[in-house]
Amino acid sequence: MKLSRTARAALLGTMIFGFTFIYLPLALVVINSFNTNKSFAWPPTGFTTIWWSKAAANDGIRDAVMRSVITALIATSIALILGSLAAAAISRYEFFGRDAISLLFVLPIALPGIVTGIALNNVFTNFFGKLTFFTIVIGHATFCIVVVFNNVAARYRRLGMNLQEASMDLGASRFTTFRLVTFPLIRSALVAGGLLAFGLSFDEIIVTTFTAGAGQTTLPIWIFQNLFRPNQAPIVNVVAAALILISILPIYLSQRLTADK
Amino acid sequence: MATIQNFLHRNVRARIATLLALPLAWLLVIYIGSLFALFITSIWKIDTFTSKVIREFTLQNFIDVFTDRAYFNVTVRTLIVAISVTLICALIAIPMAFFMARIAKPKSRPVLIALVLTPLWASYLVKIYAWRTMFYPESGFLQWLISPIGGTSPGFGMIAVIIGLTYLWLPYMVLPIYAGMEKLPSSVLDASSDLGAKPGRTFFGVVLPITWPAIIAGSVFTFSLSMGDYITVQILGGTFQMLGNVVYQNFSLNLPFAAAVALIPVIIMMIYLGSVRKTGALDNL
Repeated sequence: MKLSRTARAALLGTMIFGFTFIYLPLALVVINSFNTNKSFAWPPTGFTTIWWSKAAANDGIRDAVMRSVITALIATSIALILGSLAAAAISRYEFFGRDAISLLFVLPIALPGIVTGIALNNVFTNFFGKLTFFTIVIGHATFCIVVVFNNVAARYRRLGMNLQEASMDLGASRFTTFRLVTFPLIRSALVAGGLLAFGLSFDEIIVTTFTAGAGQTTLPIWIFQNLFRPNQAPIVNVVAAALILISILPIYLSQRLTADK
Repeated sequence: MATIQNFLHRNVRARIATLLALPLAWLLVIYIGSLFALFITSIWKIDTFTSKVIREFTLQNFIDVFTDRAYFNVTVRTLIVAISVTLICALIAIPMAFFMARIAKPKSRPVLIALVLTPLWASYLVKIYAWRTMFYPESGFLQWLISPIGGTSPGFGMIAVIIGLTYLWLPYMVLPIYAGMEKLPSSVLDASSDLGAKPGRTFFGVVLPITWPAIIAGSVFTFSLSMGDYITVQILGGTFQMLGNVVYQNFSLNLPFAAAVALIPVIIMMIYLGSVRKTGALDNL
């Protein structure tokens, strides 16, 4: 499409504005993690790594990171199984009620998190006793299913059924077809969906606040609890900076995956 | 094993049922079941001394929610924030997506997409926290940036909440629109310009209508996520409050009432989803 100079300049301007808007605050957090000033007054007053070593020695943080990782691993595993099963049915077959069911599978992310949170909290506390570690996992798995479902369903829709039918026409059983044809084709969608589910679960705070049992502090809950304590501010900031730097990793991984195609 | 395979091979319905049984059971029992229980709880009473739920029917919670002016105002404020966030996200995302999908060289597209995706992986709290340091009333970065030209940072409040939420949900708007614009065949755009349309006319007459479902899909996220948020509001809002905060404050003391308030965003979202279903946006989610 041919564009005038001014249109091009305007679009480029929006791009630059957009990326500045996205990256400026994140850059500030990373810079501030080395700021000697405890209240992050701008411009920084000096360079220090003391906050990083203090954060590394903090037991509360280590404990919270572990819990978040385990939660995300279990929730992602549940989501991978249930989400891909649902995707296999909904995107490959026509059947009565399919539209309603596919709407049901996007509902947990289409409705606000606080609704999911309070609904689960109500059921767990008033009908099934109390909140534990596993109530967090159940809450997370519920919205993680949607993410895996979306990724895998999109892949199935694009693939169609031709290859599977060809495989079965050539005499392969259903199971063999899945193992040798279908699974390799959807593998990268499973990995992408799984990564996204892991990331969402690791980061989730709203549903977690409502479903976490006593003392079950995940990393986002730890950050939130310490956010308003002036003494902890530099350490919270280091955790934030570390998370920003770590978040480059999954992006790199998913880039590699899509590059393979 | 072989007989089961044979049976499934011949029977399509059994195949669908086998695939759907577990995931459907999970969502129906845990998710829809909880939503239904939430609705039931909202028509129950509360013992005002012990905060225990009494399982007796009442419509009082809904009467309170819908007759008290204060809750109406909170709902309107929440809607204003959710609509503003959605519009600003769309205004930034449409040109960005168009640039990435149509103007940028195909080689640099994956890099640009990665640049949009990266903040999606950064923690929610970290991002809001970053904006808290930006908006800090006297020592924040914005104050430092604006004061030389005689302005003052808006500080914490509704504007900070709108900017914070826009920041959080922007990638959710960019990605579906980018996907929609990338699928657009070049021949359609060429046809439009061959027929004499200027780029502006092509954009508004061809590109925008075709990518509309993708834009709506993005708006479902930005709208829903903004409407249910209460943590950003706590961190950036100062004294400003939204529906999520009302739910959060009431839920330990008066669960039935909190449940009634929580149903407001559900109803608004249902109306929204219902009204956009025909555009085909939900397949783009």
